[in-house]
Amino acid sequence: MKAVTVLATGPLTTVQDLGRPGRGALGIGRSGAADRAAAALANRLLGNDPDAALLEVTLGGLVLRAEADLLVVTTGARCHGATAHNAPVPLAAGRELRLGGPATGLRTYVGLRGGIDVEPVLGSRSTDLLSGLGPPVVSVGDVLPVGHARQPLPDTELAPLADPPGGEVTVRVLPGPRRDWFADDAWTALTTRPWTVTAESNRIGLRLDGEPLRREREGELPSEGMVRGAVQVPPSGLPVLFLADAPVTGGYPVIGYVADVDVDRCAQLRPGQDLRLRS
Amino acid sequence: MRVLPSGSTALLVEVESLDDVLGLYAALVDEPLPGVVDVVPAARTVLVVTDPAVASLPDVEASLRRVRPRPGSRGTGGTVELPVHYDGADLADVAALWDVAPDDVVARHTGTGWTVAFCGFAPGFGYCTPDGEPWDVPRRSTPRTRVPAGAVGLAGPFSGVYPRESPGGWQLIGRTDVAVLDLGRDPAALLRPGVRVRFVAVP
Repeated sequence: MKAVTVLATGPLTTVQDLGRPGRGALGIGRSGAADRAAAALANRLLGNDPDAALLEVTLGGLVLRAEADLLVVTTGARCHGATAHNAPVPLAAGRELRLGGPATGLRTYVGLRGGIDVEPVLGSRSTDLLSGLGPPVVSVGDVLPVGHARQPLPDTELAPLADPPGGEVTVRVLPGPRRDWFADDAWTALTTRPWTVTAESNRIGLRLDGEPLRREREGELPSEGMVRGAVQVPPSGLPVLFLADAPVTGGYPVIGYVADVDVDRCAQLRPGQDLRLRS
Repeated sequence: MRVLPSGSTALLVEVESLDDVLGLYAALVDEPLPGVVDVVPAARTVLVVTDPAVASLPDVEASLRRVRPRPGSRGTGGTVELPVHYDGADLADVAALWDVAPDDVVARHTGTGWTVAFCGFAPGFGYCTPDGEPWDVPRRSTPRTRVPAGAVGLAGPFSGVYPRESPGGWQLIGRTDVAVLDLGRDPAALLRPGVRVRFVAVP
């Protein structure tokens, strides 16, 4: 059997793929890789199907041992010691892949040719940390089976790509469904002031710190559907930017939405980094 | 109906009532719009999630405005009968709230038809709404940290069944042995929007 053995996980490693789209009506969120572009790149470089599962490593620290001759690549946050970043390399049976910490960015994707072949749950191998669906969080000692690739390897051996930036990051924000629950000065504050990513952030969302936003309209909002990118304002006035494991519905007003193409970049922000939401 | 923006991939349609939600949802399930990859009903809204590679948001909005909601859409998704042991920890409290005997609460719960309006809170948690007069049951002032799977509860205008063990603030009136969420089943959730529900008392 082709497999890898997990010798260390770092702070958090999960199995992820494209998630479980199309099940919102059952109360099931999409989940999937937090930085979809980085995960898709890994599969493309390996000649995997787009829905092949890989490992999402948070702040590095993963150590794997190959139990067969494998082909491996890392994308997303570039970890110290990563020899296969944006460029697949062979990992012979018995050899180890050791990821240090990333200099910038938060999430590194480790792809293996053939994909991680754990048992899917409701059509996906993604671990949803909000609902608890999907495979368990990866832990030391796990032996993860690797599947068989059906496509030939692509010609490209290296994807030239900038690393996720450190420091302040700017993304585009669009008005959300409850923009009118807030005075204009709250929208101005949202879109001009810097917001600091806090340590309470996770795959569900970025909890942002800054000057609290004041709601103009009081009262309760019946829960309504939302997707990743939603910027929700709870009673504290401090916005939450939802990521891959966003709840299917929420009961606090969504003032804005980060454009979907920019959500991947938000998923690479680490605690302490500043985010600007430009309208 | 109001169409509200929800980012670069979705639109939020706001309607007047829960019945309007059911009618619009039923229409969007019966005749899926091109480019729509998910439809999420809620209490007053239906979220329409699109694949921008297939259809632009303005195109989806234009076809949304042409959709004719199905009138009287309660019960377009089949019927589920749920046997319930009415021995919930809050049954007496609900009875006291209504100034009736616990058996009368059971009689009301089993005596009316219910429709799943939408899911939320957790995978497979269906918010069931009764035929006729809306109900109004306050949540528990202190939520429980642990509600067992299968617990049947009341909150606001809704009744529901906890699919898995979780925290929860609903008033618990009974429990069912039926798995409302089974990950090995397709569809995994028994209580899907549009499904009719009958609660049946069992010892």
